[in-house]
Amino acid sequence: MLEIKNLHVKLEEEDKAILKGVDLTVEAGTVHAIMGPNGSGKSTLSYVLSGRDGYQVTEGGATLEGQDLLAMEPEERAAAGLFLAFQYPVEIPGVGNMTFLRTSLNAQRKARGQDEISSADFLKLVREKAKALKIDAEMLKRGVNTGFSGGEKKRNEILQMAVLEPKMCILDETDSGLDVDAMKLVADGVNALRDQGRAFLVITHYQRLLNHIVPDVVHILAGGRIVKSGGADLALEVEENGYADILKEVA
Amino acid sequence: MMALAEQRKLDALDERLAALGRPPSGGCLGPAREAALARLRAMGLPGRRDEYWKFTRPDTLNAPEAQEAAVFVASETQLFGEIDRVKLVFVDGVFDAEASDDPVLGGVTIERLEEVATRDIHWAKDLYGVLEARGQDPVARPLAALNTAYARDGVAIHVTGKAEKPIALIYWHRNTRSDAVLHNVVRLDPGAELTLLENGPAAARFNKVLEVDVGAGAAFHHVRAQGRDHERRAATHIFARVDEGAVFKTFTLTANGVLTRNECVVEIVGDNAVAHVAGACVGDGDFHHDDTVFITHDALSCESRQVFKKVLRNGATGVFQGKILVKPGAQKTDGYQISQSLLLDGDSQFLAKPELEIYADDVACSHGSTSGAIDEDALFYLRARGVPRAEATDLLTLAFLAEAIEEIENPALRADIHGRLEGWLARRRKTG
Repeated sequence: MLEIKNLHVKLEEEDKAILKGVDLTVEAGTVHAIMGPNGSGKSTLSYVLSGRDGYQVTEGGATLEGQDLLAMEPEERAAAGLFLAFQYPVEIPGVGNMTFLRTSLNAQRKARGQDEISSADFLKLVREKAKALKIDAEMLKRGVNTGFSGGEKKRNEILQMAVLEPKMCILDETDSGLDVDAMKLVADGVNALRDQGRAFLVITHYQRLLNHIVPDVVHILAGGRIVKSGGADLALEVEENGYADILKEVA
Repeated sequence: MMALAEQRKLDALDERLAALGRPPSGGCLGPAREAALARLRAMGLPGRRDEYWKFTRPDTLNAPEAQEAAVFVASETQLFGEIDRVKLVFVDGVFDAEASDDPVLGGVTIERLEEVATRDIHWAKDLYGVLEARGQDPVARPLAALNTAYARDGVAIHVTGKAEKPIALIYWHRNTRSDAVLHNVVRLDPGAELTLLENGPAAARFNKVLEVDVGAGAAFHHVRAQGRDHERRAATHIFARVDEGAVFKTFTLTANGVLTRNECVVEIVGDNAVAHVAGACVGDGDFHHDDTVFITHDALSCESRQVFKKVLRNGATGVFQGKILVKPGAQKTDGYQISQSLLLDGDSQFLAKPELEIYADDVACSHGSTSGAIDEDALFYLRARGVPRAEATDLLTLAFLAEAIEEIENPALRADIHGRLEGWLARRRKTG
């Protein structure tokens, strides 16, 4: 599904290398987790993959189902099936949440040569998905993320994911700012989407989210490189011993 | 030297007035026209050195002839087309009875100004040029005085009850050199209600005055859209007097036009009254749009709002001069003023001069003015969800204008204006 090869990335504005040769293959139907200490390059990886400005790829590349991801515009990556659940979802006052969802869905459908979804079908789809995430009609009526609490913003990210049905989902620290109940809601939302055709890359600082979204593979990202990979147990090891031991071990 | 400059100014005025041709003398509006002409002669035409015209060059508005303006053929359906209304049509500033509805509406008397002017006695003489004259202090508005002195036509609307439906003034532009001068007066009796709609480019050059007297407890709603003809020019004035417990709300949508100067002068004279003045404009290229607003609070516990939003690109210019004057004793005034521009490139500019002048000590007045580019974070967020850049930019543009459009109280009119903007943006996106 997602293949990252020897990816080197630096900040465009300054001569500072952030990713220094990331190799990662995420197969369809699997959940991979990336853990790592602050400043290891976790968020940079998610932004580079989704096409945010400000980063420069100096070496290596990334493909989504064989397509060169890095040559595409952000909207083309979305239409190709990539989705980033933002660590800090953006508030857009004046753009209604429903308008935003419908515009996004129809833009992607159009890019894929599909017809626009009818208003009735769209409403039905959103209501059903929103209900599972305990997002009420009031929230849907408001401007995108406008006045939402941290938890509401994260649930709204998962709602977008559920409506857009991407193939490759990247969750960037989706657990940050969530209480236990909200985390469970979010995890349930993610788990409901797990299937053979879809893959997840869950970026997190802490292990606790991975109790609810159990990964197939866990990677430790440190100093811009994946230094260790293992099963779900690896996350537990981090939780118990911190990153220091692992970093010492691979040094 | 000074005398020479003075003489030039007078010559320019004479030239300008000679090209206009005076309306017939006498009748109930005769004295108001004479007085306006005297005012105008004392003031002279607006000059580039006038502080009030610092950001907008009045030359083409002063010139004896209107500059040529091509007629824009719109493919879209008529604005307010779905709204049940009484239509009154002016073509290049001349009333077109054929294209208009019968001026019959419950709770309202509608008359042509040209006809009113021939009478000896008419209520309009107590309003025509009266609010305009009051509005000349403390800032001169020569083009409004010119209008009062020279306008031959327009409408006189007397609202005695709750108008059954809106009155729509439609201004068509057919002649590429037309120079139109129209003057409308509206009087709302205590407790009366009216929605007045205006749309269309009107002429190559348009000078229009609207005087509105809103009686105690009355409500006046005004929604206007200025035509899309790229080369048109307009100088418009609204003068309103708002009495106790009355509501006055005006909204203007402007797209295109090389030069538009919209002045709105509101005097709140009765307690607990409300006055809202709002505008949204979308300028592209050779576009200069000036909103000049002056709201005077001269009563207790009144609320005023000024909400202006401008989207500018390809070298367009936006101007906002807005003032709130709170007179001594106008306690508990709640005044709000916001003017913002969204600059879609580095060539466009926004010039703002917000002013507060307060002579009462128990008031709440706030104002803000900002100028900024598209929010890159919001743009990326939309694109990351699959919305292409141009469409995402339009979505954010509409969101930016939303606060001004929200000022339109009637949902159907609000939806019409919103839909119109959405359509314009979408069509421009397709045509590049």
